[in-house]
Amino acid sequence: MNKEELVEYFRAQMRTDPDMASAVAAIRTLLEFLKRDKGETILGLRESLTWATDCLTGVDSSVAVSSGGELFLRFISLTSLEHEDLSRCKKVMEERGELFLEKISMSRTKVAKLCHTFIKDGAKILTHSYSRVVLRVLEKAAAEKKRFSVYVTESQPDSAGRQMADAVRSLKVPVIVVLDAAVGYVLEKVDLVIVGAEGVVESGGIINKIGTYQTAVCSKAHNKPFYVVAESFKFVRLYPLNQQDVPDRFKYKADTLRNKANLSEEHPMIDYTPPSLITLLFTDLGVLTPSAVSDELIKLYL
Amino acid sequence: MAESGVTDGLCNTDDIERSKTEGKELTKEEKQRLRKEKKQQKKNKEKNDEKTSHEGEKKKKKKKKEEQPAGSASQPPAQPSPKVPAPAPPPAAAAVPVPASEAPAPADKPAKSKADLKAERRARQEAERASKGKKGDVGQPAPTGKLKAPPSELQPVVKRLPEHVQVDNPEVVKKLAKKLERQQTPGCNAAENVKIPLRSDYGYKVSLFSHLHQYSRKAPLTQQLGIPSTVIHPAIVRLGLQYSQGIVAGSNARSVALLHAFQQVIRDYTTPPNEELSRDLVNKLKPYISFLNQCRPLSASMGNAIKYIKKEISNIPSQCKEEEAKIKLLNCIERYINEKIVLAAKAIAKYSIEKISDGDVILVYGCSSLVNHILCEAFEKKRKFRVIVVDSRPRLEGREALRRLVQKGISCTYVLISAVSYILPEVSKVFLGAHALLANGYVMSRVGTSQIALVAKAFNVPVLVCCETYKFCERVQTDSFVSNELDDPDDLIVTRKGKTQLEHWQKVPSLGLLNLVYDVTPPDFVDLVITDLGMIPCTSVPVVLRVKNVDQ
Repeated sequence: MNKEELVEYFRAQMRTDPDMASAVAAIRTLLEFLKRDKGETILGLRESLTWATDCLTGVDSSVAVSSGGELFLRFISLTSLEHEDLSRCKKVMEERGELFLEKISMSRTKVAKLCHTFIKDGAKILTHSYSRVVLRVLEKAAAEKKRFSVYVTESQPDSAGRQMADAVRSLKVPVIVVLDAAVGYVLEKVDLVIVGAEGVVESGGIINKIGTYQTAVCSKAHNKPFYVVAESFKFVRLYPLNQQDVPDRFKYKADTLRNKANLSEEHPMIDYTPPSLITLLFTDLGVLTPSAVSDELIKLYL
Repeated sequence: MAESGVTDGLCNTDDIERSKTEGKELTKEEKQRLRKEKKQQKKNKEKNDEKTSHEGEKKKKKKKKEEQPAGSASQPPAQPSPKVPAPAPPPAAAAVPVPASEAPAPADKPAKSKADLKAERRARQEAERASKGKKGDVGQPAPTGKLKAPPSELQPVVKRLPEHVQVDNPEVVKKLAKKLERQQTPGCNAAENVKIPLRSDYGYKVSLFSHLHQYSRKAPLTQQLGIPSTVIHPAIVRLGLQYSQGIVAGSNARSVALLHAFQQVIRDYTTPPNEELSRDLVNKLKPYISFLNQCRPLSASMGNAIKYIKKEISNIPSQCKEEEAKIKLLNCIERYINEKIVLAAKAIAKYSIEKISDGDVILVYGCSSLVNHILCEAFEKKRKFRVIVVDSRPRLEGREALRRLVQKGISCTYVLISAVSYILPEVSKVFLGAHALLANGYVMSRVGTSQIALVAKAFNVPVLVCCETYKFCERVQTDSFVSNELDDPDDLIVTRKGKTQLEHWQKVPSLGLLNLVYDVTPPDFVDLVITDLGMIPCTSVPVVLRVKNVDQ
């Protein structure tokens, strides 16, 4: 499978199921790549998978794609590959890959099941930008016959918040779109803040759409709980110390990285929220405090 | 109802004195007890197993005793008078009407000594529980002075304080002296009763720290050792002197020196006949460790290294020949130094270089061998940064760090710790070394570190701590008072223009000089810990400890 086929397959996956996370599409693509790969050695296989992940990051530069790819590789190699025959090893790896895919397709449901209990009747929720996981949580809460209302930030520059508002409206939940600059204004009316994440870093902080950090600081100032919902394949081995420490390849869209020469004139698309501002993280591994994220990462990676 | 088992000599002799003075004859039981005590005091502390069974027996007996007096009204005053060496348990009067109501009680015992016995037994149990509960102590009987024997209904495991933080308790000090006497090389000639000297404290201690030792550098322990010193290996004597005079300083340096000295000891060691290397060598090391502890309190890294060595020694199979065993041990030590210190430093440098970007201004405090190594490596990898070295009296270790960095060609600035808040707005990152990382995430390091971390936090500057995993220890501490080290107070005296103001500080009764060595930084001030396992948040230290224990 060469680069164009890879990218085309990835794009096709994204098109067929718009509700799917980009990381899941990437993992599907990698699995397909593995099946079609004609490598002769396991090391070669690993290298080509890494190469494939890099290609995909070139298409969609989100943190989740890179973390998902790395975790996929880890998961399938985390088994005894002592077979004589390479094709048998490959079969084992493919089976593990299918297993991994199955597990992560269930992850959103697991997260929703954990989180919806924190939404009490009559709650007012603030969320930021468009997140499918948050949508799933709100769906589950609505299905449990809870009455709540939602404020969504507009989330410029791509107005993703409006897309979120439409989706929530279809759930028959009252929703109001607010300006990004009005977060501080609206927080006194709100009971809790729920956001998704593009990546969860080692310190327990998150990387998410720009504006999340502001929301977190304001909710800390108002003493409102700040919840993050994320699947476990978004855990990434980064440890940023501050906003500048986040690598450039995540901050901007893939096209911008390729085309624009001077990045300092571009606006970054994501920001980093430190763990001190986060109350709880809801993942398919359970409800975690930010300091427990490192524990889980050590278990996953070490 | 014969009483048996290890006793606390103090309370029993008191009791017997009391009985004597009050004109009562020593009962058969008490005489037996006395005899047994004397025997026990001569034996080694390898009777711990027996102690547990005795304790079990005693507990049962005690329970029986408890049930008997339950109904008695006058019993409450007979209930535990807490302090064991305290004067006779009150019930002298109350106990008299007691025997009448206690049919099953042994009729021949006077009621008074029954209450006494109960109190003693309780104290003994506390002592045994304490001596089992304390770790790292070589068979030290628990200091009874600080005991408040809780009523037996509240079941125990109250953790007792280790003896090195009970210096203000004279009984503990006496016990330590006795223990050092007892630690002679087994098989040594009985005539030469060479013992490890006890170092005496120097000068007035500030009351908040009076529970710690304070020694003077001018009175090294080695002056009290006779020549030839057959108990302690000369390499260890030299090491002890180097520690106490501050010639070998710094956590890594001390550990490496210790391991090299132990290598020398192992090379010169021969197994005495009828002894097994695995057991005898460990016993040989105990007096050395006490000696080194007297010269300068052991650091956490040294403690971990010693634990490792003892484990390796006791794992030597008994059929292994002596030469093989020695070579094996020497290789183990070599490997430990290589893996845990040298290679760890390389791994940490690799991770840290990712965190150093061009144009950074890095602040370091004091002289940490690891941080210096990292900065030199980063400079070699052509990163552009400059360093601010913060220093403090009386050690002025920053000068050494400054010398090393400038030699490499790194541009440095030098300030004293009082100027830290002035210089911090320029700083982009703070790199700190650590003496030990505690199990609750607190960082124990040179005094002044927590101050720097605090000011950095106030300025929102990221604080990175670099620490190898062999310095992680399972202790928990939330403040710098409970366990620390007091250095020579005379170091604080400075002579300017020929005038020494503090020269006669000892004559001023209200003046105390305090020279602390370590302090503890809470994990909220630390953003990142770089270890050889990777970059972890400060709160994940217990996870690493757990993973390491599983590995072992």
